[in-house]
Amino acid sequence: MSAARGIRPTAPSSTGLSAIGSFFRAREIPVAGALVALIIVTTLVNPRFLSPQSVKDLMLNATIVIILAVGQALVIITRNVDLSIGSILGLVAFGTGTLFDVAPGLPIPLVFLAGMVFGAALGAINGALVTAAKVPALVITLGTMYIFRGVLTSWAGSKQYFSGDNPPEFGALSVDTFFGVPIITLVALVVVIAVGVFMHAVRSGRDLYAIGSDPDAARLFGISVSKRVLAAFVASGALTGLAGVLYTSRYNSVGALTGTGLELDVVAAVVVGGVAISGGTGTVVGAAIGAILLSTITSSLTATRVDKFWQQAIVGVLILSAIIIDRIVSARTARKLRVNEARDV
Amino acid sequence: MELFSHTHSGKRSRRAALAAAALAVTLVATGCSAGGDEEGGDSGGEGGSSTIAFLPKQLNNPYTDVVLGGGENGAEEIGYDSQVLGPLEASASAQIPFIEQATQEQTNVIVIAANDPDAVGPSLQAAREAGAKIVAFDSDTNPDYRDIFISQVVAKDVALIQLEIISEQIGGEGDIAILSATATATNQNEWIKFMEEELDSNPDYANINLVAKVYGDDDADKSFQETQGLLSSYPDLKGIISPTTVGIAAAAKYLSTSDYKGKVALTGLGLPNEMRSFVKDGTVTEFALWDPAQLGYVAAFAGKALVDGDITGEEGDTFDAGEMGEIEVGENGVAIVGPPTRFNADNIDDYDF
Amino acid sequence: MSETVTSAALKPRSGWTKRLTSNDAIIWYALIIVVIVASFTVRYFASSLTVGFLLIQIIPILLIAMPMALVIISSEIDLSVASIAGLTSAVMGVLWRDSGWDIGMVIFVSVLVGVVCGAFNGFLITTLGLPSLAVTIGTLALFRGLALVVIGDQKVANFPKELNTFVLSKIGSTGIPVVMIFVLIIIAIFAVILHFTPFGRGLYALGFSKEAASFVGIHVGRSKFWLFVGTGVVSSIVGVFLTLRLASAGPDNGTGMELSVIAAVLLGGVSIFGGKGSIPGVVGGVLLIGTLTYALRLAKVPETALIIVTGSLLVISVVAPSIAAWANEKIRLSRVRKVVRGQTAPGTTTA
Repeated sequence: MSAARGIRPTAPSSTGLSAIGSFFRAREIPVAGALVALIIVTTLVNPRFLSPQSVKDLMLNATIVIILAVGQALVIITRNVDLSIGSILGLVAFGTGTLFDVAPGLPIPLVFLAGMVFGAALGAINGALVTAAKVPALVITLGTMYIFRGVLTSWAGSKQYFSGDNPPEFGALSVDTFFGVPIITLVALVVVIAVGVFMHAVRSGRDLYAIGSDPDAARLFGISVSKRVLAAFVASGALTGLAGVLYTSRYNSVGALTGTGLELDVVAAVVVGGVAISGGTGTVVGAAIGAILLSTITSSLTATRVDKFWQQAIVGVLILSAIIIDRIVSARTARKLRVNEARDV
Repeated sequence: MELFSHTHSGKRSRRAALAAAALAVTLVATGCSAGGDEEGGDSGGEGGSSTIAFLPKQLNNPYTDVVLGGGENGAEEIGYDSQVLGPLEASASAQIPFIEQATQEQTNVIVIAANDPDAVGPSLQAAREAGAKIVAFDSDTNPDYRDIFISQVVAKDVALIQLEIISEQIGGEGDIAILSATATATNQNEWIKFMEEELDSNPDYANINLVAKVYGDDDADKSFQETQGLLSSYPDLKGIISPTTVGIAAAAKYLSTSDYKGKVALTGLGLPNEMRSFVKDGTVTEFALWDPAQLGYVAAFAGKALVDGDITGEEGDTFDAGEMGEIEVGENGVAIVGPPTRFNADNIDDYDF
Repeated sequence: MSETVTSAALKPRSGWTKRLTSNDAIIWYALIIVVIVASFTVRYFASSLTVGFLLIQIIPILLIAMPMALVIISSEIDLSVASIAGLTSAVMGVLWRDSGWDIGMVIFVSVLVGVVCGAFNGFLITTLGLPSLAVTIGTLALFRGLALVVIGDQKVANFPKELNTFVLSKIGSTGIPVVMIFVLIIIAIFAVILHFTPFGRGLYALGFSKEAASFVGIHVGRSKFWLFVGTGVVSSIVGVFLTLRLASAGPDNGTGMELSVIAAVLLGGVSIFGGKGSIPGVVGGVLLIGTLTYALRLAKVPETALIIVTGSLLVISVVAPSIAAWANEKIRLSRVRKVVRGQTAPGTTTA
C-alpha cells in the first residue's frame, strides 16, 4: 500500500535536524555536489573559467540540454524512454528556419508556439504508438528516430538555414542578457521551475511517479495510465520543440543532420541527475543539474587543457556511478521499508 | 522485465504484416525506379552513353553542392550520364558502400573526394578491376588508388594565402590557432603542413606562433564548441585560421556573439553566401576560396580524357577541359585548376555561392 | 470454457509442416520474394558482385546480432557493442603501430579487449544487479571514450596488405566472401547453444521470469555474465574485421551499429520482452533488412527514404501484433457473446 503513495519510511518529523538530514539525502545532492566540485577545481587550475564570457558560454551551452533533459525526465519517470528527441529537435529547428524564410514578418512568440506545437505533435505520435501498442518505448522511439530523421533529410536535402537568414532579434536572444543571464537560459530556468513544481504539487504530475514505480498498481489505483503516459510524451515533445527553436537562435546553421546523436547525451544527463532508468524516482531539477554537469565537463576539460578525449570516458564513469549510487540508495530504502513494516506488525 | 504478456496469435500476424510491408515497399520502390529508368535512358554497358559518378565527402554540404553543380555541367558537356552518390556524414566507412554501388553499376568514371586516403583504397581497387577510371578531387586518396587528382588550387598557395591574410590582420605577430575539419582529411593535413613549414621558415612570420590545432569534424556544433575551447584555453589568441567552410562559419558565429568580436581575427576558406553577414558586421575582414564549380567541371573532363585514352595521369599529360581550356597534369598525377580568390567587403556581393 | 466452444481444437503441426509454416519461415519467404523481385526489376542486382558487397556490408551486423539475440531473449540488452568494436579497433591500431608485435599477437590481444569489456558489463549487471539498459548506456560512453584516449584523433593505416586482401577475397567466382565461412561457423555455434543446449533453453526461461528460472535451478547470474562476455568477444571480433576491411584503425569504426543490430534482431522475431526468438529468424531478419536496403539503394531510392523504410519496418513489426491481438480479441469476444446468448436463450442456466 505505502509503495503506491510515496516512499517515505519514517513519519514526517518537524525537527530541523531531520529536515536537514533529508535535504542531504535528496537524490540531487550527489550530482549538485559533483558540479560544484568540478567548477571549483577547474577555476583553481584556470581562473579564467569564471570570466564573464566564459560563464555566459557555460550557461548558453547548457540551456538546450537542460530543456531536453526536463522533457526526457518526464518520460523516463514513467518507465519509458524517448530516443527520437534528436530527430524531433532537428525537424523543429529546420522548421523554424523555414518559417522565417517563408513568413519573415512573423512575431517571434508565434514562432516559439509553432515550434512547440510541432514538437508536441511528434511527441504525440510516439505516445500514441507506445500506449496503443503496449510495446516498450525503447523500440517505438528507436523506429520513430529513424523515421523522423528520414523525413527531415528528405525535406531538407542539402539546404541549410544560417543565422544570417533569421531576424536579428531572434539571434539576439542568445546573446542579450538580463542581469548577466542570457535570455534563453532564463527560459530554461523558468521551464525547470514550472515543470518541477508541477511534478511535485499537481496530482497528474505525481501520478507519473506512481506509473513509473508500478504501472499495474497505478492502474488498479484508478490512474488512467495511458492518458498520463501520452501526456508525458506530448510534453516531452513540446519541450523538445522549444529546444529546437532555441537551437536555431543559438547556432549558426540548421539542416538535415541537426540534432543527430543528442538522445544518448540527454539520457545520460538525466540518469546522472538521479532519475532512475526503471522509473518512479528522480526529479526534473536533478535532471537539469545533470545536464549542466555534462555540458560543463567539456568546457572544463578544455579550460584545464586536459586532453578532451577524456570527456566521453568521464561521462561514462559518471553514468555508471550514478546508477550504482541509485542502486545503493534504493536497496537501503527497500531494507528500511521492510524493517519498518516488520516493526509495525 | 515484466512477465510475458503477449498472446500467441499476434506473432503470426506480425511476421505476415512484416512480410507484406517489405514486399509492398520493394514493389513500389522498384516499380517507381523501373519507370524512372525508362525516362533516363540506357546507361552503362548497354551501348548507351557512358556514366560518371560523383562521390563527395558528404552530402548536405553547401560547398559540395557547388562543386557537384559544376560537375554535372561538365558531365552534360562531355555527354555522360551523371549521378551523385554519397553518405550523409563525412566518414570513410560510410563512403565505401557507395563506391561499391558505383562499381556494381559498371560506372565508367568514379570521381571521389576521400574522407580517408587509405580506407577507401580496397574498394577503389575493386572498381578499377571492374574497369572504372578513378579521378580524385578536392580531397586526394593515396596515389596508388587513383588515376589522377584534380586539385582546386596549388595546395601550397591555399596555405600561404591564409597565412598572409591572418598576418595582415594581427599585425604580423601573436598567437594563432587552426580549426580544421577531420583529422584524416588529406587536403586539410596538406595545407596545415605547408602552413607550419612556412611559419618556421619565413622570417616575416617569425613572431607568429601556432599554439593549437583543433578538429571540428566539419560538424557545425563541434566546430562551434572547439572555437569556444580555443578562446578559453588560450587567452592571448590573436587569430584563428579555419581552412574549412563549415569551421569558419561556426567560428564566425561564435565570435560574432561573444566579447571576442573584432578582437580575434578570423580567416580561412569560406563560402561567400555563408560568410556575407559576418563580413558585413565586421567579425571577419577577409577570407579566401576558389570557384568550387570549376573543380567539379574539370574533374568530369579529366574522367572523359582517361576513358578515351587521351591521358593516363602521367606527369606532362594535357587534356581538354572545355571552357577551362587545356589543363596540364603535374607531379604525382596532380592537376591544378586555378588560383584562389580573396573575398572581402568590397567584392563579396558579387558572388552567389 | 469458451475456447472449446469457439475454436476447433488445433492439431499440433508436426515436423516439417511446422517448420515451413512457422513465424520465422515467413521472414525467409519475404527475403526470397525480395531477392526474386529485385533480380528482375533492379538493374545490376542479379550479379555475383551483389552477393560479395552485400555480405561484406552486413557481416558486422550479422555477427553481433547472434549474441545480441541471446541477450534480448534473456530479457536484457547491450548497447555498448559498437563501442567495444571501436575500442578494439583503437587498441589494435595502437598495438600495431607501437608495440612491434606481429599481427597475430596484435589481433589476439585486441580480442581480449572484448572479453574484458564484456566481463565488466557482466559484473555490473549480475554481481551489482544494475539494470542492463542503464549500465550499457554508461559503458557505451566509457568504452568509446577509452578508445579516443587510446588513439586520439589519429588513424592507423598500414596493416599488412595480405590480410586486407584476404578479408575481402571471394570464393571462386560465386562472389561469396571467404570470411563467410567463419561467420557461418559462429552462427552455427550460437544456434547450437541457443537451441540444443540446456543453457540455451534456460535463457528462454530467464526471459520469461527470472524468479521462476532460478527456482528451476538455472544459475541466473552466471548465465547472464557469460552472455555479456560473449557479446563482448563477438563485438571485438567485429572490430578487428572492420579494421582490416577498412585498412584503417580508428575509434569511430562501427559507430551507431548498436541500433541497427537491435532493429534487425527485433525484426527477426525476437521479442523485446524476452523469452521468444530464434537464430534462424534473426539471420533471416538481418538478411532481409540488409538485402532490402541494398536493393532499394541500387534502385536509386534516395538514402533518406531508406532510413524511413527501416524505421517504419521496425515500428510496424512491433505494433502489428498488438493490433492483430486486439482484433483477434474482439472477434473472439463477439463469438463468445454469440454462443453465450445461444446457450441462455433455450433456458439453460450458466454455472
